[in-house]
Amino acid sequence: MISSFETWQITFFSIAVGLASTLLILPFGIALAWLFARKEWPLKSVVETVVLLPLVMPPVSTGLILLKIFGRRSPLGQWLYERGIEIVFNWKGVLIAMSVMSFPLLVRSVRTSFAEVNVRLEQIAATLGASPLKIFFVITIPLAYKGIVAGALLAFSRALGEFGATILLAGNIPGKTQTLSLAIYNFVQLGKDPEAYTLLGITVALAFLFVWSSEWLLRSEKRLY
Amino acid sequence: MFRGKRIRKLCSTAVVVLLLVGWAQTSAWADEILVSAAASLTDVLNDISKGYQSKSKNTVRFNYGPSSGLARQIEEGAPADIFFSADLPQMDALDKKGLLEAGTRKNLLSNQLVIIVPADSKLPITSPKDLLKADVKRIALAEPSSVPVGVYSSKYLTDEGLWDQVKPKVVPVQDVRATLASVESGNVEAGFVYKTDAAVSKKVKIVYEVPIDKGPRITYPVAIMKESKQKDAARDFMNYVSSPVAKESFKKFGFVVLD
Repeated sequence: MISSFETWQITFFSIAVGLASTLLILPFGIALAWLFARKEWPLKSVVETVVLLPLVMPPVSTGLILLKIFGRRSPLGQWLYERGIEIVFNWKGVLIAMSVMSFPLLVRSVRTSFAEVNVRLEQIAATLGASPLKIFFVITIPLAYKGIVAGALLAFSRALGEFGATILLAGNIPGKTQTLSLAIYNFVQLGKDPEAYTLLGITVALAFLFVWSSEWLLRSEKRLY
Repeated sequence: MFRGKRIRKLCSTAVVVLLLVGWAQTSAWADEILVSAAASLTDVLNDISKGYQSKSKNTVRFNYGPSSGLARQIEEGAPADIFFSADLPQMDALDKKGLLEAGTRKNLLSNQLVIIVPADSKLPITSPKDLLKADVKRIALAEPSSVPVGVYSSKYLTDEGLWDQVKPKVVPVQDVRATLASVESGNVEAGFVYKTDAAVSKKVKIVYEVPIDKGPRITYPVAIMKESKQKDAARDFMNYVSSPVAKESFKKFGFVVLD
């Protein structure tokens, strides 16, 4: 039987790292979404496609790529290892896997909400002497606020559900890197259905809550401008 | 802005929580060894580590997955101290790359291949030849090119001269437990798993045991990794795994212990 301590440890760990990954990708996601929505630059479509790749590629292959990049045999992995940072078999691996896998969802959602912000309002602010940075934080972000929060919620839900990339990069180590998805996999592997269903219930409840909030936020938006 | 404040509060709570988690994870590092083990060993190793943990100060953690995936992780420099594989080729691959600590490799266990059907199945399957019958539409098998149990099963069927006819019916699944799950659910008429796995489930029945001398030799090798930083602790656990107490556990879970 799975103890309630284990259940809470796994749930808490998944939520904590999921939150961290969402907070980690938020600034990058917003910046990139803005570049996608507002600027034209060479190779933009190529970058857009690369960012979206983890959304459509099999998570295991993304995991394999991440393992190649961060493993101790790679130059980057070696460099990190010499500085005492290990990604593989570690909660940091979970963090990276979740971040990479949920990043496209965040960017897509934020990009759409930026595109919906009326450019005229930004132009008016500029004629009144506001700096581009001020326009971004005082006009663009507040107007795109709901889309950003909805995107973050969606990214967080995706992070919670992450499996394929996590198991390759971070391993499936109970008490150390085991997330809800990995624990469910392990219990199914062992033919321990009741335990799997307990965790499954938690996952469904969490996913429902976050996806529903995200949808509710987007729908409740009465456009004022 | 009221909402903005609340979100800021939420974020700062999250950061504090994370720092706590990070701290808890690092402080638990002391004398910990990590054993990357084939998924089919989960139950028995959990049982054995309970006994070990009560005697030793060392903490043993396990990373469970398919042997091929575990070997890939070690090749890329994952910090595993011990690798417990469900087949020889994965261990040989690491051996060739010089990743094993010399003299620590042991062929510890063996397993038996069995044919299973759903517990309520009425199909008359009593030998491998019966798999050719028209009623048997799908046969679950772990990926026959990479996952050990799949490799063994297809090799056995090839030796019996049945593989070419059976092949079109094969549904390749992720691993041995996935095979078990698909037979349990009745989505396939039959499947090949290890005896130890079939013993765990009440929803399947064994209809044929591949004789040990006829079937492929199934071997579970175990070794300490060269890059292990806690070789003494790893050796200590290896000794325990070969001890009479551990052997009893392996037998209890249906494994054949090699000497």
